[in-house]
Amino acid sequence: MSEPILTVSELGVGFVQYAGGLRTRTVTGIAGLDLEVREGEVLAVIGASGSGKTLLAQAILGILPRNADVTGEIRFRGERLTAARRRRTLGREISYIPQSVTNLDPLMPVGRQVRIGLDPRTARQEQRRLFARYDLADEVAGLYPFELSGGMLRRVLFATSVRDTVRLIIADEPTPGLHAEAVAEVLRHLRELAAEGVAVLLITHDILSAAAVAERVAVMNGGRLVTVESASAFTGDGDGLGHPFARDLWRALPQNRFSAGGVEWHW
Amino acid sequence: MNAPPDPRLHSRSRPRPRLRARRDVVVSLSVVVLLVVCVIAGHLLLDDAALRPNSAPRSSPPGVEHPFGTDHLGQDLFTRVVKGLALSLGIGVLTAAISTAVSAVLGICAALLGRRVDGVVSWLIDLSIGIPHLIFMILLAFTVGGGVPGIVLGIALTHWMSLALLVRADVKQIRGAEFILVSRGLGRSPLFIARRHVLPLVLPQLLVGFVLMFPHVILHEAALTFLGFGFSPQTPAIGILLSEGMPHISSGMWWLAVFPGLALLLLVLGFARLGDRVRTVLDPATSNG
Amino acid sequence: MPRLVLLRLLRLATLLIGVSVLAFVLVRNSPIDPVQAYIGADVNITDEQLARLREQWGLDRSPVEQYLAWAGTLVQGDFGTSTLYKAPVLDVMGARFGASLALMGVAWTMSGVLGYLLGVAAAMHRGRLADRVVSWYSYTLSATPTFWLGIVFLVVFSVWLGWFPVGLAGPQGVPATDVTFAQRLHHFVLPALTLSAVGVANIAMHTREKMTDVLNSDYVAFARARGETTAQIFRNHGFRNSVVPATTLQFAYFAELFGGSVLAETVFSYPGLGSTLTEAALGGDVPLLLGIVLVSALFVFTGNLIADVVNAATDPRIRRRA
Repeated sequence: MSEPILTVSELGVGFVQYAGGLRTRTVTGIAGLDLEVREGEVLAVIGASGSGKTLLAQAILGILPRNADVTGEIRFRGERLTAARRRRTLGREISYIPQSVTNLDPLMPVGRQVRIGLDPRTARQEQRRLFARYDLADEVAGLYPFELSGGMLRRVLFATSVRDTVRLIIADEPTPGLHAEAVAEVLRHLRELAAEGVAVLLITHDILSAAAVAERVAVMNGGRLVTVESASAFTGDGDGLGHPFARDLWRALPQNRFSAGGVEWHW
Repeated sequence: MNAPPDPRLHSRSRPRPRLRARRDVVVSLSVVVLLVVCVIAGHLLLDDAALRPNSAPRSSPPGVEHPFGTDHLGQDLFTRVVKGLALSLGIGVLTAAISTAVSAVLGICAALLGRRVDGVVSWLIDLSIGIPHLIFMILLAFTVGGGVPGIVLGIALTHWMSLALLVRADVKQIRGAEFILVSRGLGRSPLFIARRHVLPLVLPQLLVGFVLMFPHVILHEAALTFLGFGFSPQTPAIGILLSEGMPHISSGMWWLAVFPGLALLLLVLGFARLGDRVRTVLDPATSNG
Repeated sequence: MPRLVLLRLLRLATLLIGVSVLAFVLVRNSPIDPVQAYIGADVNITDEQLARLREQWGLDRSPVEQYLAWAGTLVQGDFGTSTLYKAPVLDVMGARFGASLALMGVAWTMSGVLGYLLGVAAAMHRGRLADRVVSWYSYTLSATPTFWLGIVFLVVFSVWLGWFPVGLAGPQGVPATDVTFAQRLHHFVLPALTLSAVGVANIAMHTREKMTDVLNSDYVAFARARGETTAQIFRNHGFRNSVVPATTLQFAYFAELFGGSVLAETVFSYPGLGSTLTEAALGGDVPLLLGIVLVSALFVFTGNLIADVVNAATDPRIRRRA
């Protein structure tokens, strides 16, 4: 069996909030979450907004809001992911493909944004290579984010995350707002990365994409991990799915609506 | 789905509850009220005799009998400062009220009376922002021939712009509202609509504008009187106290320079804090914490 | 882009005309008789001479004619004769404009750079000591009368410490040509310091807000997730996203800068445009007053124009579209 890249155990994320006066209360974001992503594997985490799946990404990357309180343990390649270790690994061994195109600096040409973190001596060459890989013309490097289409920005975001040294990629909702063809392309890129031996953690609310690209699908609800299913079980009327919640999710999809026992879910 | 509320909806910094902001307003308001009451009480209670030359020893430094010291003519500086602050408050209220009224009228007109009026008002705003305030005030003081009317008018006419812009934006938001369209359909005049429907809605904005304007108004009043516009010499206005004190600071009478300004600073600071905090409560989005 | 500049220039022209009309109307309606102000205490003047002066200045014509005549001479570069200095207004202003410009230029640059840095520091340490100190300073300074701050500096640095002279751009009684650069500088420091200290507050508070927005933005969160250090985040994103608003703001600050210089120059008897303006208004010197009002308005409008252009030229979202 391949090496586990990311191991999350007993992860909890809480938020301290003022509840009037000097009293505070803690709102639970994530509780008791265990997860493992292996080399060359795509693990999809699905759930509705508010289910805690984006918090999971933020907790791993150490970019949670300031009032967040994290418990439990996150290990990267066997070692605890501390602040110091994050400084060494983020952008080199751990890459993040963010949710929104507003994650690009509006005042910096996209080529330069891709070159951040690359060895300055070879950065330009490397950026050209990445642009070619993601089918972006050379001239695009000099353009600003507002001058690019949504699909192009998505590919730029991919280009910012791919590094020779990368072992783990966390992709947070990389597909919304894209037409079917572009979604397929994004998923193909993720598969490619996995084929190169990278561990991919795909966070999405799109069950179909998740089932199409991942080996395993983790289902989150209300800050808890409900179940981890094999992606191949998301087929037909979902009889192969172990957990009833996963089955309900699957059957609630519009195209599966015909099946009996489906509960309607509002995403 | 009974998911927990998404905490990311709150900003990355610590959430600042409205309750605390309200408590801050109460604190600031108490400080300001206390200051104002003290100034008015002092103004009424302090004996004008202390303003007569030689009513006290000349040029004596601050002490028990004369907490702020006395000037070269033997007048008690504390009395003069309190009277000066009272004068500042009076002028401030009058001026800020006029300026607020101008903002309201121009802002509402710009929003209700169509594009052409709007264009004229925005040009006027640009114009008024363009002339350095102090210069416009000096010009007006010159025209009106100095005196209190000159400085009141000068200050009032240089502080209406930002509030007018806010009022205009507010009114533009509500002018399409159903009750206004109905009123218009009933053939009501713009004046009626402005008075009955619009004015009550922008009143809180005007009030905040008034409070926010106040510190600037008092500061400018002091600056103008310092330069020699407005009041006749020997009037106990803060600006005049300071300009009269100036020639004597080189002979070591530092108290003449320090106390009048410090007192004014405290008053202005109080009002500025209050204005900011009221704005925070009413409009948390644009406040600067 | 050229269209934007052209539009702005047109607006500038209409504003200048507006200011000139306004100033003219105001001054014409003042109770001060310019002729009386001109002759001053000279009692040897005859009625005939008085009438000639009135005619010469066109005081017997209609207001519109007077304005047009005045505006006509203005356009030709003739601002009239100062009644106080008995010299052409342009010469009087020219001699002082340089002094004011030096004062404002130094204060503008110092307050801009220092204010920006303080604002950045406050935002990056938001809620901590550095932030509290900067906020407190800015808050207090914006409630401080500029002229009083000048007086306090005088008391502390000139009277108590004796480091600086009490006034004037050079030592009293020494011809202007004999004043050395060192002496000039000596008399220059306190007014410049006063203006800078006040100017810092404005820019620091705005930069603090802007920089806080930038640090809370999605792109900075992404930069963190990419492992950029705080220094890298500032270099790569913070600076480029906050320096343009700060520059724009600083250009739009010209109006307050000019007002501040009037006060600072008066406190320190610094012979610049500002103190001359006060003299002109108090002494009823109409041509000089009008001249300085117009020059200051031009100065401020130009600042606003530059602010707009800088903003448009540096933001690719505007630059590449317009």
